[in-house]
Amino acid sequence: MIKLVDLHKSFGKQKVLDGLDLEIEEEKTTVIIGRSGGGKSVLLKHIIGLLRPERGQILIDGTDITKLNDRALNEIRKKFGMLFQEAALFDSMTVAENVAFPLREHTTMKETEIRETVADRLRSVGLTGVEEKMPSELSGGMRKRVGLARAIALRPQIVLFDEPTTGLDPVMTEAINRLIIDTQKNFNLTCVVISHDVRSIFEIGHRIAMLYEGKIIENGTPEELRGSQNPVTLQFLAGSIEGPIRIM
Amino acid sequence: MNRFSGALDRLGRAVLAGVEEMGKIILLFVSVLGWMFRPPFKLRNIFKQMEFVGVKSIFVVVLTGTFTGMVMALQGYHGFRMFSAESLVGGTVALGMTRELGPVLTSLMVTARAGSAMAAELGTMRVTEQIDALYVMAANPVKHLIVPRVIAGVLMTPLLTVVSDFTGILGGYFVGVHILGINSGIFIKNITRLVELNDIYNGLVKAACFGLILSLIGCYKGFNTYGGAEGVGRATTEAVVLASISILISDYFLTAIMF
Ligand SMILES: Nc1ncnc2c1ncn2[C@@H]1O[C@H](COP(=O)(O)OP(=O)(O)OP(=O)(O)O)[C@@H](O)[C@H]1O
Ligand SMILES: [Mg+2]
Repeated sequence: MIKLVDLHKSFGKQKVLDGLDLEIEEEKTTVIIGRSGGGKSVLLKHIIGLLRPERGQILIDGTDITKLNDRALNEIRKKFGMLFQEAALFDSMTVAENVAFPLREHTTMKETEIRETVADRLRSVGLTGVEEKMPSELSGGMRKRVGLARAIALRPQIVLFDEPTTGLDPVMTEAINRLIIDTQKNFNLTCVVISHDVRSIFEIGHRIAMLYEGKIIENGTPEELRGSQNPVTLQFLAGSIEGPIRIM
Repeated sequence: MNRFSGALDRLGRAVLAGVEEMGKIILLFVSVLGWMFRPPFKLRNIFKQMEFVGVKSIFVVVLTGTFTGMVMALQGYHGFRMFSAESLVGGTVALGMTRELGPVLTSLMVTARAGSAMAAELGTMRVTEQIDALYVMAANPVKHLIVPRVIAGVLMTPLLTVVSDFTGILGGYFVGVHILGINSGIFIKNITRLVELNDIYNGLVKAACFGLILSLIGCYKGFNTYGGAEGVGRATTEAVVLASISILISDYFLTAIMF
């Protein structure tokens, strides 16, 4: 289980997380929503130990990772897969090598096994025949899907998705949502998904958490959120420019 | 008074920043040493870097080496002629190349070609979160990215220096014997008389040190890049400038120790 307690994080004078508390249920999909620039990516990077908070705890299965050294942190990280907002593919490697990277790093699989696994993961994100392409030759949406294939290559327990469907066409968005739902169900994954897409949120989320001004101001099931009276949530879901969320 | 203390303040800050940076580079070196001997070895990565640093630098190194040897012969000839000691040209060219110009010029060329590329490549990986992706996949970026580059720098710079020494002497021979008309036998005899194997060895040790410096600084600057494309540009420039200065300064001290 993932539990965040009283997280504080600033960049210079800018306070991004301000006493954030969040409990993420095991084997469920939690969607985090919030305004652009509100700190969702920063929050996700804290969960996997890429950023350290100034104050607060990040408990992964009971271990506070803010206190760990690199080696211990790496052990924890092996439970995770992560899709970055801009995919973060290694641009000196082919698509196949990218997806194979975690397999080569942490398993003793033979080359033929690796090749099959890579093809399988790529198929599951709707890609075939791109193995030998370089990331720079792919469209943004394709890169994202390769990133997704790489994130789930090792079948980790917990997968973090930073905007998996932003920039994809509606059909591909639906396909990726299905993929997240299916993999989550089939492998009992804990998923944390950042998303702006209101339809996707309700489709994939078992729980939805609203991040606003450095705190989680609302955390509930999709039904609870639909019935929410919180003006921030209402404004966000309606996509209205009138309301407490300032547009700068 | 106020202006004076302000200037002193700035100077102090600059010195502190410099010392801090040097400390960080040394720490990076320690961590590179720590990862270098820990299996599994990324041989493919190492060979790829060796090809990039070494093989692909041969052309520029041959060019700079040859012309440096040629110009040394020309300059030496005009100098020595005043004492009717033209025969010494061969020996001086060879000594100058093996001890000094071979290692230094080669390292500066490798800095410009490969050191800058290391900074740019790692810098781009940093700002596009590829380095974060390595961390997330529990893969150590020092092992994956920096160790192969440093190994390539340390091994290939001396090898390129051999090329530079050789072509430099060849260039000197061409100018001395074929253009200036020095007797070819005397030219060569003077080389063997003046140059000892130690001169060559020490030159190569220097080159290895310079290779370490330029790859370490290139990687350090790239690894610590921040601020998008502009940051990558800044890191690259800083890497080339800092590595070149460090090579020239350390050259003095290495020379003082060795010869
Ligand atoms: N490494 C960093 N250094 C300085 N500031 C940062 C850094 N990372 C994030 N920030 C700042 O923190 C704030 C939150 O950024 P974050 O990327 O988490 O937003 P986000 O909620 O993911 O937005 P989006 O939906 O647009 O991706 C931004 O204002 C950003 O400028
Ligand atoms: Mg983001």
